[in-house]
Amino acid sequence: MTKHVKLPVTDGAPVFFLTEEEDAHGHHETGTMLGFWIYLMSDCLIFASLFAVHAVVGGSYAGGPAPVDLFDLDLVLVSTAALLISSITYGFAVIAMQQGNQRGTLAWLAATGVFGIVFIGMSLYEFLHLIHIGATPQVSAFLSSFFTLVGTHALHVTFGVIWLGVLLVQISQRGIGEANQRRVMCLSMFWHFLDLVWIVVFSFVYLIGVL
Amino acid sequence: MSAHSHDAAVHRHESGEAHGTVGGYVTGFLLSAILTVIPFWLVMSGALGSTTLTAIAVLGLGVAQIVVQMVYFLHMSRRSEGGWTLMAFVFTAIIIFIAVIGSIWVMNHLHDHMMPEMTAEDARALP
Repeated sequence: MTKHVKLPVTDGAPVFFLTEEEDAHGHHETGTMLGFWIYLMSDCLIFASLFAVHAVVGGSYAGGPAPVDLFDLDLVLVSTAALLISSITYGFAVIAMQQGNQRGTLAWLAATGVFGIVFIGMSLYEFLHLIHIGATPQVSAFLSSFFTLVGTHALHVTFGVIWLGVLLVQISQRGIGEANQRRVMCLSMFWHFLDLVWIVVFSFVYLIGVL
Repeated sequence: MSAHSHDAAVHRHESGEAHGTVGGYVTGFLLSAILTVIPFWLVMSGALGSTTLTAIAVLGLGVAQIVVQMVYFLHMSRRSEGGWTLMAFVFTAIIIFIAVIGSIWVMNHLHDHMMPEMTAEDARALP
């Protein structure tokens, strides 16, 4: 390693790191979106293994309550609606951001957060209700996998809402610059991804569960 | 600032990356709402009668809604990120298929090998 590399010199000062070439549009291609997408795909695998567990042990009630005794489909329909509405309000936030409308972006993001909190509140209510009537994770393999699967999803939504709150502060303080746009787009993917996972949860765990 | 963000938006559009429209989101939302209400109605009213048929319908409608949301909300296409998002997704889908279908298959197969009617006394009486 004694070979001396000739450093590129910009404005009289040597540059010790690889500078990114700006493309013709003056826009950085950082690969952040692709990297975040690959994170989401790995998250998909976590959910896939939890779904596989539920598919295997979801019928093992061990003499305890079955889905048809426990699930209130009206409640599930309302929480599904809350999550779906939060998806479209997030979409409107992205559109407002791309139009450079900071106030609109903040308002739509806040609306998304409200519906996300409604969803979490309903999940918590359901869990507390189940525990109150004695359907705890210890009762059967079905309930263990149910609490793990739906709890993991609710935890993801909770972290999404926390991220949303942080973004609201960042945007209101620093505006919608390039960094904040990137963050909003990443959370957008995360948020829509959670709605996608929820489709599988309500179809497979709740609807097919009570059949 | 606004000029810069406009450049960025134009660029995103040209590279086929996420760039939604109000119409696109509303279409996706309405399709998703319909594809949510139908399976809930099928299960709550028992309109199809057969449990197997209802389960297949619920799964089919769920898959349809996933595709709708991937197109209208996640803006997935063959062009986004030079095709790498789709490539990563297809890879993940294959892994999920192997993990989920494989688990169900293997565990049911093992289950068939168990003797559910056997009691402790029966087991002791085995030759």
